[in-house]
Amino acid sequence: MKFTLAWLKDHLATDASLAEIVDKLTMIGLEVERVEDRAALLKPYVVASVISAEKHPNADRLRVCMVDTGAGAPVQVVCGAPNARAGMKGVFAPPGAYIPGKDTVLQVGTIRGVESRGMLVSEFELQLSDDHEGIIELPDDAPVGQSYAAYAGLDDPVIEINLTPNRPDCTGVNGIARDLGAALIGDYKPNSPKPVRGRYPCPVKVMIEAADLCPAFALRLVRGVKNGPSPRWMQRRLKAIGLRPINALVDITNYITYDRGRPLHVFDAAKVHGDLVVRRARNGETLLALDGRTYTLDDTVCVIADGKGVESLSGIMGGEATGCSASTTEVLIESALWNELNIAQTGRKLGINSDARYRFERGVDPNFTLPGLELATQMVIDLCGGEPSDIVVAGDPAPKREKVIDFPQSELARLTGLKLPLGDMRRVLEKLGFFVSGQGERVKVAVPSWRPDVHGKADLVEEIVRVIGVDRVPAVPFPRGEQARKPVLTAMQNRTRKAKRTLAARGMTEAVTWSFISKREAVLFGGGSPELALANPIAAELSDMRPSLLPGLIAAAQRNADRGFAHVALFEVGQVFRGDRPQDQLTAAAGLRRGLAKPDGAGRHWSRIAAPVDAFDAKADALAVLGELGAPIRALQVLPGAPSWFHPGRSGTIQLGPKTVIGHFGELHPRVLAELKADGPLAGFEILLEAVPEPRAKATRARPAPEFSPFQPIERDFAFVVDARTQAADIVRAAQNADRKLIAGVTVFDVYSGQGIEPGKKSIAIAVTIQPREKTLTEEEIGALGQRIVAEVAKRTGATLRG
Amino acid sequence: MVAADNLETLERDILQRIAAAQDEPALEAVRVAALGKNGAITALLKTLGGMTPAERRLHGPTINNLKDKVSAAIAARRETLAAAALDARLKNETVDVTLPVPDAPTETGRVHPITQVIDELIAIFADMGFGLAEGPDIETDDFNFTKLNFPEGHPARDMHDTFYFHPKPDGSRLLLRTHTSPVQVRTMLAQKPPIRVIIPGRTYRSDSDQTHTPMFHQVEGLVIDKGAHLGHMKWILEEFCKAFFEVGSVKMRFRPSFFPFTEPSLEVDIQCRREKNEIRFGEGEDWLEILGCGMVHPNVLRNCGLDPEEFQGFAWGMGIDRIAMLKYGMSDLRAFFEADVRWLSHYGFRPLDFPTLAGGLSS
Repeated sequence: MKFTLAWLKDHLATDASLAEIVDKLTMIGLEVERVEDRAALLKPYVVASVISAEKHPNADRLRVCMVDTGAGAPVQVVCGAPNARAGMKGVFAPPGAYIPGKDTVLQVGTIRGVESRGMLVSEFELQLSDDHEGIIELPDDAPVGQSYAAYAGLDDPVIEINLTPNRPDCTGVNGIARDLGAALIGDYKPNSPKPVRGRYPCPVKVMIEAADLCPAFALRLVRGVKNGPSPRWMQRRLKAIGLRPINALVDITNYITYDRGRPLHVFDAAKVHGDLVVRRARNGETLLALDGRTYTLDDTVCVIADGKGVESLSGIMGGEATGCSASTTEVLIESALWNELNIAQTGRKLGINSDARYRFERGVDPNFTLPGLELATQMVIDLCGGEPSDIVVAGDPAPKREKVIDFPQSELARLTGLKLPLGDMRRVLEKLGFFVSGQGERVKVAVPSWRPDVHGKADLVEEIVRVIGVDRVPAVPFPRGEQARKPVLTAMQNRTRKAKRTLAARGMTEAVTWSFISKREAVLFGGGSPELALANPIAAELSDMRPSLLPGLIAAAQRNADRGFAHVALFEVGQVFRGDRPQDQLTAAAGLRRGLAKPDGAGRHWSRIAAPVDAFDAKADALAVLGELGAPIRALQVLPGAPSWFHPGRSGTIQLGPKTVIGHFGELHPRVLAELKADGPLAGFEILLEAVPEPRAKATRARPAPEFSPFQPIERDFAFVVDARTQAADIVRAAQNADRKLIAGVTVFDVYSGQGIEPGKKSIAIAVTIQPREKTLTEEEIGALGQRIVAEVAKRTGATLRG
Repeated sequence: MVAADNLETLERDILQRIAAAQDEPALEAVRVAALGKNGAITALLKTLGGMTPAERRLHGPTINNLKDKVSAAIAARRETLAAAALDARLKNETVDVTLPVPDAPTETGRVHPITQVIDELIAIFADMGFGLAEGPDIETDDFNFTKLNFPEGHPARDMHDTFYFHPKPDGSRLLLRTHTSPVQVRTMLAQKPPIRVIIPGRTYRSDSDQTHTPMFHQVEGLVIDKGAHLGHMKWILEEFCKAFFEVGSVKMRFRPSFFPFTEPSLEVDIQCRREKNEIRFGEGEDWLEILGCGMVHPNVLRNCGLDPEEFQGFAWGMGIDRIAMLKYGMSDLRAFFEADVRWLSHYGFRPLDFPTLAGGLSS
């Protein structure tokens, strides 16, 4: 919403400065977005006259002008404009002036050997228009030396407010002035339009067929008008707020739209055929509107039609065919009410953002339908002459009863903590146009018709507090109370935090990737079901809710590789979707390593052999997270194989018992990578945080006393030859089972196949830690235990001791 | 019989040879020649057995003295030689300590600024007695709009702004939540007041430019109690801004505004000074909008089963990405979601930089 300071002062008597007014507007909720003070911007520019204009000695197209600026001796200016000539009046810019159209500061210059001490400017250079054909020409009576801004009426500052959608009353300057009056920045000048007596019946009748879309319609003819340009003051104001003056009749409607927040429409009565009907459009009907575009309509759109067809899009834009032009002599003035929701939907559907739509969709004052028409009539008569008819109405434009709110005074303190005497509250409300009756704790407050946003007590509290000033509400400490300190995070929230910090501490970088991925990616990673596809994705590659974090990480790794960063380790902890119900949204932790981004450092290094990332790196990452989350690491099973997006032979599944799958790890499937246009080597994991069981609640924080054996542990090595397909875990488990009491640990320290081992076999060497509990073991006892280990491993896996 | 001067000669001779021994084998040869089975001193000791007690009393101590002296000299020489040998060995045992070691994983790992800022928010609000509430990204129209007092036909409900899923057979459509406020509704429906929660999470709007991305992060605060009023909210938000921006004081401006789910509604600006790439808080003359807030609208309370005559409260919301940008100086929101390791390494946080009020939010 834009207006000028002088326009505001039509409705508000005030001595406040521009800065005070702007500040107050913002503080009462009419946030000032921009102030354009062209008087300040154009201060150096003055009216000047060209005394002489001679051809430049060194350039055919340039002239050397002597310019009288009204201050001292004439100034020499080199000018390239084709219209520069002796005797004309123009606008002079002295050196040091800022030229907005060129974004430069003017300097004294020498042009082709002739000094130039200023400039005669074009409208383009002052950003008044796009006209840069020639310099500005002023009438002969323009006073030399006067400020150009003042002369041209450009010294009226333009204020733009960012109006919240709940304040239709402030879509007019009048309403803004009323708010400022309540905030004591000046005195609001009430200005109800006076009725204009009709001289004859209105010859055009109105019928409302779509009563749900048009509660009221008022119309009147003014005949014998003389249309032409509107007066200069009106044109200046309209131009200042960015509107193009058209002709007096049209300008009057635009002016009242901004002055009172009351959109109107004028038809050239000579072009209207018969009576007017307000109805829904028929599917396929079209209208050439005043913006020059043709709209195809359907039965959701409300229109005004005459005997020939649709003539206007109700409350949004008029039609070209019945528009008023310079030759209009009979004008029909319309003031109507429209259904807000329908206006909004139609405007959106047709893509029209008009000043009328802006106001009708917010809610125009229903009680101003007839006064608005009277005001327009008066202005038409004043500016264009003519003779008005009676008003013809359809629907019910008569003023409605105001809604009344029962308001306990204590409500202000209850909701804001601010205590004010009733007198102050009453003053604010009354200046805003509310009517307050009663004196006790509870008063009755009648809401004015222009405030459809005010429904109840809380709204009245807002009115009082915003006008009084929110800064008067004291900040009051809000202590946390006597409650015992409890964890504020749920178990899942703690898991999310721990998973992130654990993976970062393993040298990985946290990525945050889109929650939606392409359909193709979703399908490749087990998703892509119809219920998780967006109906209106912003882009084709962001169409489906992700079933997994891996596709986002793979794409991210590839982008980094394409930028020359091949060895990246990325992770993400975030939501994945199995379905569209709340319980189908799970939290996953996933990590992805690329190239040589090993857990002990990325890239080549003299201290180690450069090896590509592999399934074991991913497994280590997964287990590190699980350990940190308190998963029972020793009870976890790792089984070969994982879902289809993993390499079939180089991937595994981590589970707890036969049913609870916690996650997967491994190299990615080469075919999937090819489909994603991603290169490896890539190894990754993904675990579901919800799948990790919550540890049992403990009665005490104290830990049990430790049992440390007084006897030294012994370590014995065994090398087995087994079938190449035998799983190391089976050998470890068999060795462990040989004596669950004495064997404290089994580690695999070598895996070998090749020379010395039969093809199809491999050697696995384990180190067994034996922890004597009751006495030191004799050599015989240790030997016997060794035998049992060998026998158990042989029995379970068919292994033989390597010779 | 041994003459005394013979013994002296022998001693001198052996001690000379000990001193002359240049390595362990040479020294061993001297020892064997003197103290070995057939050594010179051993031979002298053997003569003691054939002596009379008087002779033994005379010669015994002399010969034994000689043996002790030689033994001690050999031991001393052995130590010297061992030390020299170790020195010689160590002289060749050098490494180039300027060779680089691999970077520590804690040196290269990073958490995302969004994670860090959420952890900062938790630290600040946990201290004021707030818990953390969460809700699903896929929401119903009812929770995202209707219960929050958005009228039918509100522009936010348009397909241009909100991501929708395809309609169900019954005509209803799920959507991606456009703000974290539906979690307010879920919290009020699930839990009895008093309520004090913050709600961080991912939110979605159909928008894309330098400061808008189709997915972004919001944090929302909700307090419902019997006497919780606007003055309390002002205090909480002032405390938050001081703590979050780590300044001793911050000047805030509460401006009336409009949101469907609060009444009165306010927007909050903080005073700052803008320098080229940096915004400093607690100084300067500019105002910067950072959040929206207000008293929970009576209709919202009613929609969530609470009597607005009995309960009241306030709520606020802000962009996590936005306050991260303000505090840490990023200029382009889109970079948050591009996973460029250069950006993450620059703007990310070290894994053990866990924000705490005790240790300072940022190090």
